[in-house]
Amino acid sequence: MKVEIHSKSFGLNQVLGNISLTIGEGEVVALTGPSGIGKSTFVRILCGLDKRYEGQITGVGRVGFVFQEPTLLPWRCLIDNIMLVTGCDAQVAQTALDQVELGDRSADYPNQMSLGQQRRVGLARALAAKPQTLILDEAFASLDEATAARMRELILRVLDGNEFSTILVTHNLEEACELADRVLVLDGSPAKIILDHHIKANQSARDCQTEAALLRSRLNNSASV
Amino acid sequence: MQQHSPMDSSTPPAANPSRLIISAASIALLGVIWATAAWVTADRTLLPYPSEVAGIFWNEFVSGEIWFHLSATLMRVIGAFVFAMCIGCALGIFAGRKPAFNAWADPWVIIFLNLPALVVIVLCYLWIGLTEVAAIVAVAVNKIPMITVMMREGARALNPALDNMAQAFQMPRLKTWRHVIAPQLAPHFAASARSGLALIWKIVLVVEFLGRSNGIGFQIHLYFQLFEVGHILAYAFSFILVMLLIEYLIVQPWEKSASKWRLNES
Repeated sequence: MKVEIHSKSFGLNQVLGNISLTIGEGEVVALTGPSGIGKSTFVRILCGLDKRYEGQITGVGRVGFVFQEPTLLPWRCLIDNIMLVTGCDAQVAQTALDQVELGDRSADYPNQMSLGQQRRVGLARALAAKPQTLILDEAFASLDEATAARMRELILRVLDGNEFSTILVTHNLEEACELADRVLVLDGSPAKIILDHHIKANQSARDCQTEAALLRSRLNNSASV
Repeated sequence: MQQHSPMDSSTPPAANPSRLIISAASIALLGVIWATAAWVTADRTLLPYPSEVAGIFWNEFVSGEIWFHLSATLMRVIGAFVFAMCIGCALGIFAGRKPAFNAWADPWVIIFLNLPALVVIVLCYLWIGLTEVAAIVAVAVNKIPMITVMMREGARALNPALDNMAQAFQMPRLKTWRHVIAPQLAPHFAASARSGLALIWKIVLVVEFLGRSNGIGFQIHLYFQLFEVGHILAYAFSFILVMLLIEYLIVQPWEKSASKWRLNES
């Protein structure tokens, strides 16, 4: 995937500046930065929800999106939610629900489930779409620590060995370092990528606290320069 | 292992028997008040007893007279209702989704909302003639602004996050309408259908009163000239009965099935 954004403005307010990056197949990239900096605007552009920007994006392909709010159809049961939205068949939808450990709840309705479970359904829906790019927008926000940890574990398992590119939006550096191979930090006005940090240690040997500390020191250094 | 939430065992609430008893008692009370008023008035030409009206209704029912006029009125109600719902829903949804169109349409809606029904009926008869088309158009024009306003509110209340979701997953347009947008509009559609029916049948009677040669409104006009209060009440009640049947057998069951998923809300 190749991203070349020159600018994105809302009226006279330029939100995004020059952003140029390439994301490889199977790469998991965390996009982080302060709240309101333009992370959501960036992913909206990426998945085609916002087409009013200057620049060019190629190679995104089919998108699977896990929204911050689960955005499920409350009038449909879980399996219908997946089948109707992605166009997949019942077997694919059931497999996706099994992957997020909700296989036995396929006939339930979203309103019967907790926020954490609804997010897992959102993840199952994104996986059932057979995406070329998976976007997770603040997928752990508003979850208690135990549920968020379970969700992170689940995502790590789901992402393992997959060939699609993943973009994970978060403002939590530890979370970014735990899940991603590469962390992009968006900051400034208009926002640009001020740091592109590749995590060298592999997933099993990685200490996300140490990685996050390293990232923070790199950020501090770049700020002082 | 199946995980059951407390709501898994929820079942739709059964019809409350005490509510039915209260409704029956309330209707019986209305009958008692009517009979008392007839007794106090002591003038059968001015206010007949409920039993006399029931007798007139039965005679008209057996002779087939009531069916002829009832079906003529019902056809006009259905025609005007379908016409008004189609135009009103299309305008309302479009106005709710496109603020630029709404800016132009809003003053028109306000003007037509405040145009007296009688003026529209008379103008339609003058411009189109004393025809069936004029009758249906007159009724529909009276109702369209109200449906437009109700559906516009529904379209404005659509969840933009679901719109984004459908777009992000590239759902086909028709599928998005059917499975994402229509269920959100269903309560507004049901509300405008219900208020539409209630208003339309009343306007249809006025339209028939002023310029048709059959229908309940025509019969009421006829018996008004003959000063036959019993017949006027019998024809009015026959149509109220039909509208209640439509409400309980069509509108409410449809509304219930459209909002069935809400029973699962925890």
